[in-house]
Amino acid sequence: MIRIENLHKSYPMGKDALHVLKGINLHIKEGEFVSIMGSSGSGKSTLLNIVGLLDVHDEGEYYLNDQLIKDMNEKKAALLRNKFLGFVFQSFNLISYKTALENVALPLYYKGMSRKERLIVAMEYLDKVGLKAWANHLPNELSGGQKQRVAIARALVTKPKVVLADEPTGALDSTTSDSVMQLLKDINNEGMTVFVITHEEEVAEQTKRIVRLKDGLIISDKYTKASKAV
Amino acid sequence: MFDLDRWREIFQSINKNRLRSVMSGFTVAFAILLFTLLFGIVTGLSNSFKTAFSDDAQNSMEVRVRKTTIPFKGMQTGRKIQLKNEDYNFVGNEYESKIQYQSAIIYKNFTLKYKNEAGTYSVNAVNPDNQFLEKTIIEEGRFLNERDLRKNSKVIVIGRLIKQDLFGEKPALGKRLNMNGSSYLIIGIFSDEGGDNDERIAYIPITTAQMIYGNNDYISQIVVGYNPDLSLDGAIAFGNKMERDLRKRMNIHPDDQSALSVRNMADANKGVGQFLAILYALVILVGSGTLVAGIIGISNIMIFVIKERTKEFGIRKALGAKPSSIVGMVVQESVLITAISGYFGLFLGTYILTLIGDSLEKDYFIKDPSVSSGIVFGATVVLILSGLIAAYVPAKRAANIKPIEALRAD
Repeated sequence: MIRIENLHKSYPMGKDALHVLKGINLHIKEGEFVSIMGSSGSGKSTLLNIVGLLDVHDEGEYYLNDQLIKDMNEKKAALLRNKFLGFVFQSFNLISYKTALENVALPLYYKGMSRKERLIVAMEYLDKVGLKAWANHLPNELSGGQKQRVAIARALVTKPKVVLADEPTGALDSTTSDSVMQLLKDINNEGMTVFVITHEEEVAEQTKRIVRLKDGLIISDKYTKASKAV
Repeated sequence: MFDLDRWREIFQSINKNRLRSVMSGFTVAFAILLFTLLFGIVTGLSNSFKTAFSDDAQNSMEVRVRKTTIPFKGMQTGRKIQLKNEDYNFVGNEYESKIQYQSAIIYKNFTLKYKNEAGTYSVNAVNPDNQFLEKTIIEEGRFLNERDLRKNSKVIVIGRLIKQDLFGEKPALGKRLNMNGSSYLIIGIFSDEGGDNDERIAYIPITTAQMIYGNNDYISQIVVGYNPDLSLDGAIAFGNKMERDLRKRMNIHPDDQSALSVRNMADANKGVGQFLAILYALVILVGSGTLVAGIIGISNIMIFVIKERTKEFGIRKALGAKPSSIVGMVVQESVLITAISGYFGLFLGTYILTLIGDSLEKDYFIKDPSVSSGIVFGATVVLILSGLIAAYVPAKRAANIKPIEALRAD
């Protein structure tokens, strides 16, 4: 599903360049539940942004769904994101003036689905994350956990190939963290590839494969107990 | 092109950000309001000028004579100059191609009597063309014609107010009036936009007057209407030439303004035209300045708005929005706000103009202040364009920010 070979990325910092990713090789198959661990500055967010087509890499090759990602312009990237990827962010990133239902329906709007249809589909997914009753509430009327569940519903609504989650529990307390992680596990159990970035061991342990990053390089790549349990 | 969902997105965005939308709308509405008021008032001023000069024909020239004030060819000053039929014919023959209408006038004052009612009125003995030169409006019957002049008929055309004075509500057409002992047939009744004095006049054929009251071929004044095909400058040149020729013909010193002068409407028209042109230029300058200030205002607000929404755009892009859809959305929203608020300003301005129009006419010499449809159309185009540009530039920039940077923005 995701194949990365010798990936490099550096950010220009004045005259010098900050070399963030120094040759990453990673292969994620369909249906995997992978977490990327690393301290801040290890390059894990950069990796996710490149995988999520939110940023471009400098060197190396990246295949998404067997398609080589190269010379992306914003328009092509937008189409691919809409088709293959679902995002869950640490800070939820819901649009504040839209209701939970409208937020979930938004990716379908960019897919070109009719309003009637997309509201039905969006409601289905809200129901799936247990927030059907909150459909017409604005984000600021929801708790953090509820917001993240809306964001997950939004990430899933286009039936993407991969769900990318950047510190999905970073802004949540432990109880709501657990429920969000449970939701991600459920999604994975249904066959969806899930790619999580975190710096919390407890979160990483709930995934099936942990990739550890340090100073722009992968230092370990192991399957967890959770994966063996299934 | 029409995309209901897009409109829904826009209305939601406007509705959820009312203060912002109202603020940007207000800038435009206010600019257009000022522009409309300014333009309307100047139009009103120009209207007053036009009516002030439109009572008589716009193209008339009057040849007036008095006494000489400069000695010429051995003749003393104080000689009385008298226009005669031959001068009238000279003008007609000499400048035929440059003249549209021509009339000679003899001014008299007579007592008109009908049964027991009587009054003293100005009676002008004229040629038929005088109707067009004075812009006389025939209400009943007809004006004098060539046949009346040929036959020295004793016919009279009376003003609306003379009819009212002497006949009241009763019909006057076809009745006979007594004027200084002679009986005249009323063949027409007229009105005139020049006011009451111009409606207390009676017209009789010039030939009749010359025969009965003096038995000579004297004329008080010659009035011509120059060919409207002439340019203003051409008409002024024509007036000056006629003045020179007539002075020469009648042995008057070339610079003797008092003895013979041509009062040319073209001179006045040119002056008024220049004055109004300058006034309009000034207003267009000031008005455009106001519009530009409005446009800059909305540009500023749009820059701020787009900065504020950068994160939202980042989210939308992460969810699959193409840059073009974001630019389109912002531009459409901006055009909508500018167009609606611009029209609001325009209608408010026009409404205020009609509201204060009457009182302005009384006190300030401003008549029918209004804006033309051309101006309305032009302002609309300017508004839509400005809304477009004000939003396009910053929106394009925002849409091209990498989504990762946009998401980081706060």
